Amino acid sequence: MTHKSIPTPDSFTLRIDGTDVVAQVGQSILEVAQDHNIGIPTLCYLEGLTPWGGCRLCLVEIKGSGRLLPACSTLATEDMDVTTTSPRIERYRRTIVELLFSERNHICAVCVSNGNCELQTLAQEMGVTHVHVPYRYPTLLVDSSHDGFRLDHNRCVMCTRCVRVCEEIEGAATKGVGGRGIDSMIINDLNEPWGESDTCTSCGKCVSVCPTGALTEKGTTFADMAKRRERRELLPYLTQTREGRR
Amino acid sequence: MVREITIDPVTRIEGHARITIQLDEAGKVADTLFHVTQFRGFEKLIEGRPLSEMPSIMARICGICPVSHLMASAKACDDLLAVEIPATAVKLRKIMNFAQIIQSHALNFFHLSSPDLLLGMDADPAERNIFGVIRKFPDRAKDGVMLRKFGQQIIEWLGGKRVHPAWVVPGGVTEPLSPERREQILGNVTEGMAIARRTIDWYKGIVDNYTEEIASFANFPSLHLGLTTPEGNLEHYDGPMTFVDEQARNIATVTNPRHYASYIDEAVEDFTYLKFPFYKPMGYPNGLYRVGPLSRLCVAERCGTPLADMELREFRQRLGRVPSSSFHYHWARLIEIIYCIEMIRTILDEADILDTFVRARARPNRFEGVGISEAPRGLLLHHYKIDEHGQMRWANMIIASGHNNLAMNRGIKQVAERFVDGDHLQEGMLNRVEAVIRAFDPCLSCSTHAIGQMAMVIELRQSDGTLVDKLTGPRDGDAR
Repeated sequence: MTHKSIPTPDSFTLRIDGTDVVAQVGQSILEVAQDHNIGIPTLCYLEGLTPWGGCRLCLVEIKGSGRLLPACSTLATEDMDVTTTSPRIERYRRTIVELLFSERNHICAVCVSNGNCELQTLAQEMGVTHVHVPYRYPTLLVDSSHDGFRLDHNRCVMCTRCVRVCEEIEGAATKGVGGRGIDSMIINDLNEPWGESDTCTSCGKCVSVCPTGALTEKGTTFADMAKRRERRELLPYLTQTREGRR
Repeated sequence: MVREITIDPVTRIEGHARITIQLDEAGKVADTLFHVTQFRGFEKLIEGRPLSEMPSIMARICGICPVSHLMASAKACDDLLAVEIPATAVKLRKIMNFAQIIQSHALNFFHLSSPDLLLGMDADPAERNIFGVIRKFPDRAKDGVMLRKFGQQIIEWLGGKRVHPAWVVPGGVTEPLSPERREQILGNVTEGMAIARRTIDWYKGIVDNYTEEIASFANFPSLHLGLTTPEGNLEHYDGPMTFVDEQARNIATVTNPRHYASYIDEAVEDFTYLKFPFYKPMGYPNGLYRVGPLSRLCVAERCGTPLADMELREFRQRLGRVPSSSFHYHWARLIEIIYCIEMIRTILDEADILDTFVRARARPNRFEGVGISEAPRGLLLHHYKIDEHGQMRWANMIIASGHNNLAMNRGIKQVAERFVDGDHLQEGMLNRVEAVIRAFDPCLSCSTHAIGQMAMVIELRQSDGTLVDKLTGPRDGDAR
């Protein structure tokens, strides 16, 4: 959680994809990789928010461990030998993306985030041309009760970025997760319509961090999606704000 | 022995259909049925979706005329927002709608109908398609491709892509026109007009070769419905919906589209998924009316542009004020192409066309809204109801090809009675039955909001239902 704030000048070496890299104590494997321009796909991770390790897209192989581990929430340690890409890892990642598509109703062509969606980008990068598992086609509602924003459960991938940004940056803790397992849903307060929430400050941070078209501004259309991309540039600011409070 | 012929699939049309021709004991046509065989259910699947998604979802009804659905849907949304959209946005939307009409009319005339006109109704079906036209009449085929490109290119320049552009939104359009794009469009106008004019000159020279087809291709007096400007000019974007009779007398003018249901009702038959709209005061099925390019020229007093008006005068001199045969949809389409090109040039020359205020923003301010526009094939109407949060509760759409359903059914019977002889069945006879449908240029995928390969079938059956003969693909439609 606080890996960046641990005051130690100590650095050490580990191997990522066969190359020696330098890391600081407290850094996650993902942060070390990003410092060295080694790409690891992510979805639930967002710089400035507490790593959650929920989407499992950043899974990496670590020598000596039989399990794949999430790079975002695994601390780098000295002499660790990490592999970020292998046929096994790629198969896992592609399957995860396919499962995400099959789980809810992602209709890219008419989605407000078409062309500006992290799930869509991941699928393109991984060459997901087909989904090999049956679609579930759940019947899910759209919550348009808020004055300015809309929550479309059909497009949600349960990354919980909105839950974390609401609690950690805005301090409102309006958003939460209700239900269990595949029935989990993003809820507002004690599962009320968003428009009836007493805690929501209507700051819109949840909308800015949403990787898909699940959280959107009302009145935006298919054509407005490019404008949302610009708002993702507030992420370094989020980090500063958060660290400034400590 | 009573028999039945089925044409399945009907070829060179947009969408899937089947025709059944019932023959009496003497082998003469007793009855015909036009079956539109697919269903998609857009009115149902939009329930619960946000209003702002409607134009892009509804545009998916069709890949040929997505712009028409964009227009009607965005206008229904404008009505729900209760906003007056910026004047420049109206003009830009109109330009895109004209471009859509040009490309779609070019598609019908050259790609779908010209094989019948250039190669002959009785030509070998293996040759009677756009590829046959390319082989024998390469210049005409090239004109068709270029004219369609002219329209499609404008749509792309304005909206970013040719099919399903996301540029038309509730409240206006997303981006203004740039001076460079304006110049590019104007740069293409001369060539587009040259193609349109040589095509209509050629058509006027050959139309008299089709006396028999003209006499039987849905040739009957009927009501016509179309938009006009308040002054009575040809109009495709907005304006009163006007019904005229076979002598161009005004029967009804609907100034507020929200009142459409007092004039138009929809009947359902169990042999087709396509509903039968009819003029309500006259009841079903007497309230038969037609829409589309021919109807628009019948409803309008004049086009309002010089070249199109000159063509319209000749059209009326030769055919009368209200031509009764649907064969003349072809000619009307060619006049409309000229009109659309003239209008594009006129609007592009207007002073405020480059204005950057092109979108009004508002929240939903009504629970019910109606949007109308003239699609290439005729009047298109979208009617939406939303809840207090701006989510769709209900939708009804009346599509151009639906309006023409009664007329198409009647036209098929007329042409079958004239040409089909059960004792000496020939392919060319059945091609004429299909050609009458092509004259209407129906978009059956739109009309039932159905998807699929373009196809249509003809079957011949005995009175007891036994199949005697069947004409089915691969026929000329497979060239598509």
